[in-house]
Amino acid sequence: MKLKGSWVWSSALCLAVLTAPAQETNPLEKLHQQLERMQERFEQQQREMRESFEKQLREQQAQIQALKQQLEAAKSNAPPAAAPQPAAAPAGQPTVPPGTPVPGAPPPTPAPKPWSPTDPVRLFGGQRNYLNLSFDALVAGGTSTANDLDRLELGGHDPRQRGFTVQNLETVFEGAVDPYFRGQANVVLQIDPHGDATIEAEEAYLETMSLPANLQLKAGQFVSEFGRLNPTHPHAWDFVDQPLVNGRFLGEDGLRSAGARLSWLVPTPFYSELFLAVQNSQGGTAYSFRNDHAGMPFMGRLSADRRVETLGDMLWVPRYAASFNLSDAQTIVAGASAAFGPNSTSGDTDTQIYGVDLFWKWKSPRQHAGFPFIGWQTEAMARRFNAGAFHWDLNGNGIADPGEMTSLATGLPAALPRETLTDYGLYSQVVYGFRKGWVAGLRGDYVFPEKKALYEGLLGADPDRALRWRLSPNLTYYPSEFSKIRLQYNFDHRQGIGDDHSVWVQLEFLLGTHAAHKF
Amino acid sequence: MKTKLLWLAAALLGATAHAALNVVATLPDFGAIAQAIGGDKVKVTSIAKGTEDPHFVDARPSYIRVLNQADVLIEGGAELELGWLPPLVDTARNGRILADAPGHVILSPYLHLLDIPTGPVDRSLGDVHALGNPHFWLDPANGKIIAHVLADRFSQIAPADAPVFRANLQKFNERLDQKTIEWAKLLAPYRGTKVITYHKSFEYFLARFGLVLAGTIEPKPGIEPSPSYINGLVPRVKDAGVKLVLVEPFRPRKTPEYLAPAIGARLLLLPQSVGGNEQSRDYLGLLDYDVNQIATALKESK
Repeated sequence: MKLKGSWVWSSALCLAVLTAPAQETNPLEKLHQQLERMQERFEQQQREMRESFEKQLREQQAQIQALKQQLEAAKSNAPPAAAPQPAAAPAGQPTVPPGTPVPGAPPPTPAPKPWSPTDPVRLFGGQRNYLNLSFDALVAGGTSTANDLDRLELGGHDPRQRGFTVQNLETVFEGAVDPYFRGQANVVLQIDPHGDATIEAEEAYLETMSLPANLQLKAGQFVSEFGRLNPTHPHAWDFVDQPLVNGRFLGEDGLRSAGARLSWLVPTPFYSELFLAVQNSQGGTAYSFRNDHAGMPFMGRLSADRRVETLGDMLWVPRYAASFNLSDAQTIVAGASAAFGPNSTSGDTDTQIYGVDLFWKWKSPRQHAGFPFIGWQTEAMARRFNAGAFHWDLNGNGIADPGEMTSLATGLPAALPRETLTDYGLYSQVVYGFRKGWVAGLRGDYVFPEKKALYEGLLGADPDRALRWRLSPNLTYYPSEFSKIRLQYNFDHRQGIGDDHSVWVQLEFLLGTHAAHKF
Repeated sequence: MKTKLLWLAAALLGATAHAALNVVATLPDFGAIAQAIGGDKVKVTSIAKGTEDPHFVDARPSYIRVLNQADVLIEGGAELELGWLPPLVDTARNGRILADAPGHVILSPYLHLLDIPTGPVDRSLGDVHALGNPHFWLDPANGKIIAHVLADRFSQIAPADAPVFRANLQKFNERLDQKTIEWAKLLAPYRGTKVITYHKSFEYFLARFGLVLAGTIEPKPGIEPSPSYINGLVPRVKDAGVKLVLVEPFRPRKTPEYLAPAIGARLLLLPQSVGGNEQSRDYLGLLDYDVNQIATALKESK
């Protein structure tokens, strides 16, 4: 208590020393006088300001009166068909001070049309921005030497058939909910290779606008902020398809789920932000977690039903990101992320995914429409999947029945031991916008396992863990910011399968007001 | 106890009277005027560079931090910064610069905008600005209004420094008035001269000084010219007697450099923003450079 008191004392003293003129020892009298003088000065300033304000107001009122009279005079002289004068100034606007050279009389704006019941109801446009609505369509067409395109391409929105694919039809609703929150929702339609249309509520969340202590809360259904690519939508990608590592670790639709995320702008002299999200850990969009994989075996075993018992059974996604301006024209953003949660194998098993990401961008200080620029993005991830023990003798009769996977050596239902499976992956991409509307890109993908798993020794190599790499050069032309045409070639090498070549053409168009993307 | 509190109060009172306002401007032009009005009572940061296209500025994460600490945010509005400012303000977590907080200054409502589209607007017209032409700072009369608005707003936020802002505003107005008369005199003999620009970014400047826009190199806003468009443009503007091609230094040079001699006009590289070149260090410097370049070029071509 004494220590606290003296700390308050000394800090007040320091502050006082900086601002108050040099004083000798503790003359309380002098301090009182100073305070009184300051108070007097303050009140005098207030009075002066009020007086000048009132004087200005009176002058402006007089001006308005004079102008009104001129208007009346002009109206009575003008021909009857003249358009009405432009709308009066909004309240609170400071009128131009006297003596300012006034621009020539403004051209009369046409009178607003009276509303009729057949007019569309406008929620947005002009000054009304209650809802920003946009629609983005992404379509691809092409072919590949691979016969198993649905295994070659790992993204849910990737072109997975020869011919045309409607990758993504995204409707985004966005706007200010009230002075406290911003809201956004993404509803996505796509048509799968069977011709069936599916609809997904990808995102629907609220974000706070200004909480104290530099915090921000996001709650609802949203994409996890893991790495740089996962939180983005396919139409914003620089390539036609998803990187291999994202597809393998975060799933074909990425890591997204319902939950809440708190972020804190760290008080460092450079930009740095700390994120922590807690989300549901189940479903196809929590791919390496509590996911039943549609009843198919994953890591050699079928999924068990896991319930949420404790907070540890949720999906936790922490992240840290920092950014530095290397120069006027260069910026880097570096981040580290992790995802922790239970998975669907037996026992108390969990999955951990770690990722680091780095983004470097150069943009010409004399950019015209944002060109020329160079962007280089790299992400590396590692996944530790703790798999519980699993016996393939589902009916317990000791012999191989249909639907039971058997050991290659014995032909009997395989008994898989508990083990930890570690996989790695990375991608690196460079994009070069060399002329307005033209971007050339090159991406390299590489995914590989740490070592062969015990279950693979029993059941055979798992193609989902096989080493593979891909090289993708591409060229994109943007006729405007709202449309694009992209040509991409993929060279794929899959260990145990071989090489494949694919060529894709992609088209995108955007209607409406789409919010600007994050850097 | 009472004495300790009095010390603390005195110290704090003293401290606040001397803290500079943290002002962030989207464009260096607004920043320059803010600096002129605020003097050493403000610390001004501008996000866009004077050398770049103001519609396509990168929302670098470092600006999130800058906006988080801002007391005042000055933006032009009229959809000029729509492509990059909103995500920065949304993540800045700074209540002082949200919506219509006093610290958030949007300039366009105080000004009379040109080129407000009449009739329905959609993107087949190019990337047209639905609320009017947002490049309004190139008219010195608008510069005066901007200065007045900023002085008012700064005084509202930091009332103790209001006399300083008022005095600076007075000084700024005097210098600007003097210079405006000078510029008007220089360009008076050339009123009615026809010019071509790349994009409609000089509209307010041309309107103020009586120059006439005879066409743009862009067929529509945000759309690059095709060779066939340029071939159609050349005879049209040649007949009209265009004397100057005005292009910002960041535009691609190939087409303007071909066009100017083809129509018998002079090509001038004019910055549209403070910091756009060496000579445009502040607001008056920018206009001074542009006016003098045009006056000299037209004098020589007579």
